[in-house]
Amino acid sequence: MLNVKNIPISAWIGLLVTAVFVFAAVFAPWVAPYPVGETVGDVWEPMSAKYLLGTDNLGRDLLSRMIFGARITIFIAATATALSFILGSVLGFAAAVIGGWFDQLMSRFVDLIMAIPTLIFALVVLSVLPANIMTLILVMGLLDATRVYRLARAVAVDINVMDFVEAAKLRGEGRIWIIFREILPNALTPLIAELGLRFIFAVLFLSALSFLGLGVQPPDADWGGMVKENKEGIVFGIPAALIPAAAIAVLAISVNLVADWILNRTTSLKGGRG
Amino acid sequence: MVKAPLKDKTGLLLDIRNLRIEATSYPPGEPPRNIIIVDDVSVKLERGKVLGLIGESGAGKSTIGLSSMGYGRGGVRITGGEVLLNGRDILKGGAKILRQIRGREVCYVAQSAAAAFNPARKLMDQVIEAALLHKICTKAEAEKRAVGLFKKLGLPNPETFGQRFPHQVSGGQLQRAMTAMALCSEPDLIVFDEPTTALDVTTQIDVLASIKDAIRDTNVAALYITHDLAVVAQVADDILVLRHGKQVEYGDTQQIIKAPRQAYTKQLVSVHHIPHEQKSPADKPILSVRNITAAYGGGLVKVLKNVSVDIHLGQTLAVVGESGSGKSTLARVITGLLPPMEGAITFEGRTLSARLANRTRDDLRELQMIYQMADTAMNPRQTVGTIIGRPLEFYFGMGGKERDKRVAELLEKMEMGKNFAGCYPAELSGGQKQRVCIARALAAKPKLIICDEVTSALDPLVADGILKLLLNLQKDENVAYLFITHDLATVKSISDSIAVMYRGEVVRYGPKSDVLKPPFDDYTDLLLSSVPEMELGWLETAMKTRRMASAGN
Repeated sequence: MLNVKNIPISAWIGLLVTAVFVFAAVFAPWVAPYPVGETVGDVWEPMSAKYLLGTDNLGRDLLSRMIFGARITIFIAATATALSFILGSVLGFAAAVIGGWFDQLMSRFVDLIMAIPTLIFALVVLSVLPANIMTLILVMGLLDATRVYRLARAVAVDINVMDFVEAAKLRGEGRIWIIFREILPNALTPLIAELGLRFIFAVLFLSALSFLGLGVQPPDADWGGMVKENKEGIVFGIPAALIPAAAIAVLAISVNLVADWILNRTTSLKGGRG
Repeated sequence: MVKAPLKDKTGLLLDIRNLRIEATSYPPGEPPRNIIIVDDVSVKLERGKVLGLIGESGAGKSTIGLSSMGYGRGGVRITGGEVLLNGRDILKGGAKILRQIRGREVCYVAQSAAAAFNPARKLMDQVIEAALLHKICTKAEAEKRAVGLFKKLGLPNPETFGQRFPHQVSGGQLQRAMTAMALCSEPDLIVFDEPTTALDVTTQIDVLASIKDAIRDTNVAALYITHDLAVVAQVADDILVLRHGKQVEYGDTQQIIKAPRQAYTKQLVSVHHIPHEQKSPADKPILSVRNITAAYGGGLVKVLKNVSVDIHLGQTLAVVGESGSGKSTLARVITGLLPPMEGAITFEGRTLSARLANRTRDDLRELQMIYQMADTAMNPRQTVGTIIGRPLEFYFGMGGKERDKRVAELLEKMEMGKNFAGCYPAELSGGQKQRVCIARALAAKPKLIICDEVTSALDPLVADGILKLLLNLQKDENVAYLFITHDLATVKSISDSIAVMYRGEVVRYGPKSDVLKPPFDDYTDLLLSSVPEMELGWLETAMKTRRMASAGN
């Protein structure tokens, strides 16, 4: 099925970079040269053989913090995105298939949530609830699910009126089969395109929250939080804030390269055989 | 302004010599391949003459037609030969000459007028657009000319017709408006690309007659592209039969339809002659529809009025009528997709629940449906094996090897190899897709299959094969068909009894021999007389003798 030779060069780059990030995230305690919270040197030391990326505003090793930051950032963003996609697409498909009052109820509720700016909504909720990773994931996932819901419902409404869905209904198939076997495979293409984007939005959203002080709490830090910690350094020409920012950008691009490639493969109606 | 150079009324207009058209296909995972779409075809057309181009899908007939305006659709390349129009080679002149001839010397009438008109602009603006663009005449003159053409083409209220938007007129009227658009700039040549294929038979005859009159009166030459030999026989002086991009036979109309020389042409001429012995009805019908009245929009639009029909085991009931006569709605009511307002349906002696949701699994299994568009009736993400195997899993709990074996058997029955089980629908041809749909229906071991226009999207020869297959299956499996169609030739070849529907009512119903025996009621007469016959002069006779005008007039 998967022919290694057919993977385009852009997908290779995306896969490779993403794999490096994921590897660093998973094996952080073994890969990182120093513990995450330990002050090892002077404040904002330049890059050297001892501190590959220099040190941060408290004299902690920036590389080690980047590696542990990758762990937190990718974990939260990935779980939140997964949550939003599972919830959003299943409910969106269900609304399209069931229709009637269920569709009305769900869609109006989603409209209601979307009427409130996401960042403000999240800030309010997070300032009330205990600040831990679990709440972060839930809040981010649920808020993002509204976007996925709208996309999934719009796509599924179109598919639901196709003859093959009618044929399945005439056969007497239940809603579970219709949602997961008839609609989902045909809705996958736009959903995967959205998935790549949504994951990056989740990283940025998390960074924004951390930057505002409501995301990951110290001494842990995600990349957004690290930008915040080191932002004063920019005035003095110290690049410590730019490194996590660049990491966010590189992750964004590489994940989307992979998503594009998967997209190309799922668009084929001939099972990728030509 | 007078038309620039005065041209004589006779002589050679279009001369296509050794035309070769190629395209590049990009199969993923393989190097790009060159395919030859048209190979060494030569065509000569004199002024005021009509040449019919005929062949099945993929024969290259549209591609040749479009080459007369120097146009290659979807990236095809004209790689060889010459296209001489009014004595000059239009392939050599570049964009400048193409701009001069398109819409001025050659005009095009597309198959689907509904898709070809801009829905946001009034018809008049679109009809006169080419004439204005080429500065042939002033706006007032062009509009006057357009009104004259509307009148000539038999459109209602010619004075105000142009003020309507495309969605406000019927399909047949839109097709005629498009013919008016082509004629408005008084071209030398018009390319008609299947102008009546998407229309009902009763509308087709009107459009055909008005196109023929317009061609005669304006002395324009035409390339008439179609897959229906009987249609082209009415309008063309000469016919060119094409297959796989190659010329099969070229001759005058009389010779092609009366004395075809090539085997393929003979096949085309003899299509639709399937012998079928009419069966007499059994004592008890398997499905009995009693006094059904059904409506859309909560009773606002009644589409079926007091309809009663019976279907007997192992026999075929054909439901005939034009679009909007309610024949597909009848299928929706029988399947339970549209619960009727009044009336009842009995299936094998038990009353069927009106709603789909309340029917038992056996009711669902024994009543299967085959759709018009096999493309959309199959999930494009499932393999043929899954599509046919699912009813086996679902109704009979089959799995693994047992299911695969049965799928292979069913494919065998469809005259397809068992290797097709791993294919996706996009890898199949139109006829194969419809065969897979039939296999899916048959997998459920049904007593009745509803066939909704199953052959109308297919080429005549392919459709013929499907009909023969359906008849053989009926013999083997003793299954009954409810056959919905607007094609009376199909009806004659397969049905045992016929119900003629008009505006939601059954106007004529009975065994085939009775229904097709005179005296006819007006509507049945119109339907029967509208089916094109492969006779010269049939069109004129039919127009003269019919007793009622078709819908849309």
